[in-house]
Amino acid sequence: MTATAIEKAAGKSAHAKTDAPFRLPEQSEWTFELIEQIHEEIRRVAASFKLDTYPNQLEIITAEQMMDAYASVGMPVSYNHWSFGKQFLATEKSYKRGHMGLAYEIVINSNPCIAYLMEENSLTMQALVIAHASYGHNSFFKGNYLFRTWTDADAIIDYMLFAKNYLAECERRHGIDAVEELLDSCHALQNYGVDRYKRPARLSIAEEKERQAERERYLQSQVNDLWRTLPRREEVVAAEHDKRFPEEPQENLLYFIEKHAPLLEPWQREVVRIVRKISQYFYPQRQTQVMNEGWATFWHYTILNQLYDEGVVGNGFMIEFLQSHTNVVTQPPVTSKYYSGINPYALGFAMMRDIRRICEAPTAEDRHWFPDIAGSDWLTTLDFAMRNFKDESFIAQYLSPKLIRDFHFFAVLDDDRNEKLSVSAIHDDNGYRYLREQLAGQYNLGNREPNIQVWSVNTRGDRSLTLHHNQYQRRPLNKQTDEVLKHVARLWGFDVVLETVDPQGTVLNTQECKSDKKPRVN
Amino acid sequence: MAHLIDRRLQGKNKSAGNRERFLRRHKGQIKEAVARAIKGRSITDMEKGEKVSIPVKDINEPNFGHARGGIWETVSPGNEEYQAGDQLQRPKGGGSGQGKGKAGNSEETSEDDFVFELSQEEFMQYFFEDLELPNLVKTQLQAVTEFKQQRAGYTISGTPSNIHVLRSLRGALGRRIAVGGNARGRLQEAEDELEQLQRTAFEDDHRMLALKNEIAALRSRLAAIPFLDPIDLRYSNRIKVPKPTSQAVMFCVMDVSGSMDQQKKDAAKRFFILLYLFLQRAYEKIEVVFIRHHTQAAEVDENEFFNSRESGGTVVSSALNLLAKVMHERYASSDWNVYVAQASDGDNWDTDSATCRELLVNTIMPAVQYYAYVEITEGEPQNLWEEYTKIPDEHPHFAMQKIASPADIYPVFRELFRKQET
Repeated sequence: MTATAIEKAAGKSAHAKTDAPFRLPEQSEWTFELIEQIHEEIRRVAASFKLDTYPNQLEIITAEQMMDAYASVGMPVSYNHWSFGKQFLATEKSYKRGHMGLAYEIVINSNPCIAYLMEENSLTMQALVIAHASYGHNSFFKGNYLFRTWTDADAIIDYMLFAKNYLAECERRHGIDAVEELLDSCHALQNYGVDRYKRPARLSIAEEKERQAERERYLQSQVNDLWRTLPRREEVVAAEHDKRFPEEPQENLLYFIEKHAPLLEPWQREVVRIVRKISQYFYPQRQTQVMNEGWATFWHYTILNQLYDEGVVGNGFMIEFLQSHTNVVTQPPVTSKYYSGINPYALGFAMMRDIRRICEAPTAEDRHWFPDIAGSDWLTTLDFAMRNFKDESFIAQYLSPKLIRDFHFFAVLDDDRNEKLSVSAIHDDNGYRYLREQLAGQYNLGNREPNIQVWSVNTRGDRSLTLHHNQYQRRPLNKQTDEVLKHVARLWGFDVVLETVDPQGTVLNTQECKSDKKPRVN
Repeated sequence: MAHLIDRRLQGKNKSAGNRERFLRRHKGQIKEAVARAIKGRSITDMEKGEKVSIPVKDINEPNFGHARGGIWETVSPGNEEYQAGDQLQRPKGGGSGQGKGKAGNSEETSEDDFVFELSQEEFMQYFFEDLELPNLVKTQLQAVTEFKQQRAGYTISGTPSNIHVLRSLRGALGRRIAVGGNARGRLQEAEDELEQLQRTAFEDDHRMLALKNEIAALRSRLAAIPFLDPIDLRYSNRIKVPKPTSQAVMFCVMDVSGSMDQQKKDAAKRFFILLYLFLQRAYEKIEVVFIRHHTQAAEVDENEFFNSRESGGTVVSSALNLLAKVMHERYASSDWNVYVAQASDGDNWDTDSATCRELLVNTIMPAVQYYAYVEITEGEPQNLWEEYTKIPDEHPHFAMQKIASPADIYPVFRELFRKQET
């Protein structure tokens, strides 16, 4: 800390003792002392708004380290894979050419909650990041039901470390190529490595290690049993003939492969499991983008405004902050050349603010639409909303007619059987409910991603695996499907068939991928 | 409350492993890019990175996704004119039009290639790898440096012969001043007081006796401070620094007769590049002279050297004469270390080869550090080779090898430049 900064800080706080205990100096360079002081102020305000967070850990990093963090999906530790290298090179390229700025922050859903502050950020930006990440995202991670159900903030860093070491060990034993191939295939299916409805067991590192060896033996014996070739008693065989395997369709492809793929080595099953576990960990983030960013943006906005009102931060700070904030929450219209979908920050922030507005200053329309929350305590209402929804249900529940008008939302129906597109709803009385439903559906991962499940396994014949694609709105699969099927076949070890079926169960289309059988190396 | 950690100094390059994996996966393309870069680059301009582009389809990671088709109903912001029920023209090309940005999985593979930069180190690694350079040898090659001793200040330990007297005594003086400071100050005071007393008091005044005792004690304390303490000793420090030996000139002599096709020129270029990199590590300053010849010789620039299509018969001695002339005119002083690398397919006028040998033995060899001849040919040795084989008898710093394919370049280079036993 420079001498002048100390004097300024000390001098001002002495002056303004009556209204604000601390006043941030008007300077753009941050220092450790200033970060600690502004953090303390932010923490105080956040506590007054009853934000419940994990303990915070702030880490100052360089731009290059930020790019490293980007490249490993934001985790402080991760296993090695070429796709992370690709990500790094891509980020580095556009960053060095000035095509993009780096994100101001990365925050990790862990306990303690780790937020990265880039050294190049100004003091104002550091304050913004702390409010946004360490109090916004952090309280969301701790409070939202999806994160509470599906992630274990205490264990994730340990688990990532375990995964990294395990994969490094696999590379030593089986060669980099073998591990890379396997990971490529797992990554291709990682969106299909999650349980959507069944709650997973908690990640516990101690348990994980303890049970790993046991699991290897046990799984292998299960698999062998499934593929038993010894003759069995007639009546048993006859009884099994009628049974389909699996009895119910399985949505978690990686889980099914981990448990039942005939030829995988124990270590390969463990790798499938690792990718599946990590994928599961990120699943809530994919379902709560609008809410999570909206929540964090709402709180940095609210907290920093409060600090301004208290006189802790000055005009210069506020102008710089508002400029960044405005950039983040801009929503270009669909006709703009900058349009790239709905900006989750813009929509989320607007909805959080709108909920507060409905509580504090409801109009007649609001009372009609939201009788439960109009005029209620905004803090309680907002906290409830944050805890109990995901994007889809959050929009279905809280998107107000006013916001639909503000955003000028409209829906266009594109049916390939029709000559023309048609505007199915606009922001008017007839359209509000319909638009809200449609928009909510747009955030349903189940609609966004093709619904593909394990249908059956030919246990007595060629051991081929049949997947069912349950078609949604007659939408076809993309051209990458063949490539993905090759990966499935690699993991399964035998032929793979993908049948596209309509809601009546009629098979519309079949894609097949022959497994190139390699001699098994032992 | 919060934990503030400065991570800036640690854990840089966390992605190095991932970057390495990526390069590994696309080794083929990178090797090609490096090979292309070598062709396009001048010999003196080897040590910098290179842009590599990889087709997007090769780095794509496939996922299940929807394609356009069936029913899509999209909510978008920013309606300006539409009313419910309006019919719109479908945008051309089946594009996503109004609903753009919706289809999460792009089907288009016509995106630009993925371009990234190889660092200088990575580039050199691939360059050497392409020459099938064993790792062990590579480090050896890079470490060929002579060292010289250089003074580097003083240390507190060393051998007695390296004691620096002036520094040690200066330190001792300082220590004595520092350690004796209080005592000396008091001594001065006491002596002053004694002087005062001597004017006024009697000889046996108890105050005078006390002062005298004190003065004696202080004097002995001061005398007890050692004149030289081991702590004062300073030794001259000498360190080894790499010593680039002044300057060198490298002559590249190449036969450009019709039989030297592009492939052979490429092989020659790689050989010259290796030689350049090798010399650059030993010399502060290095110049390159390009001499090409068919029936006549000329000094040319690098571009012309490797790319000219001019050809004719072959008279090797013309080049050697020019080499001798240039050497004597411009690099005669003893400051210059002269290296010659000659590349040829070995074809020469019958009578000329003997002339070449004489020229080398009598004029050129006495003036150069090292002369390396590579014959780039798959066939039998020609008459030039026959004549040249006689030279090493008289001048051991003449070496010759044959290169049949690019894979030979490095081993041959090693053979030519292996440490001479002297």
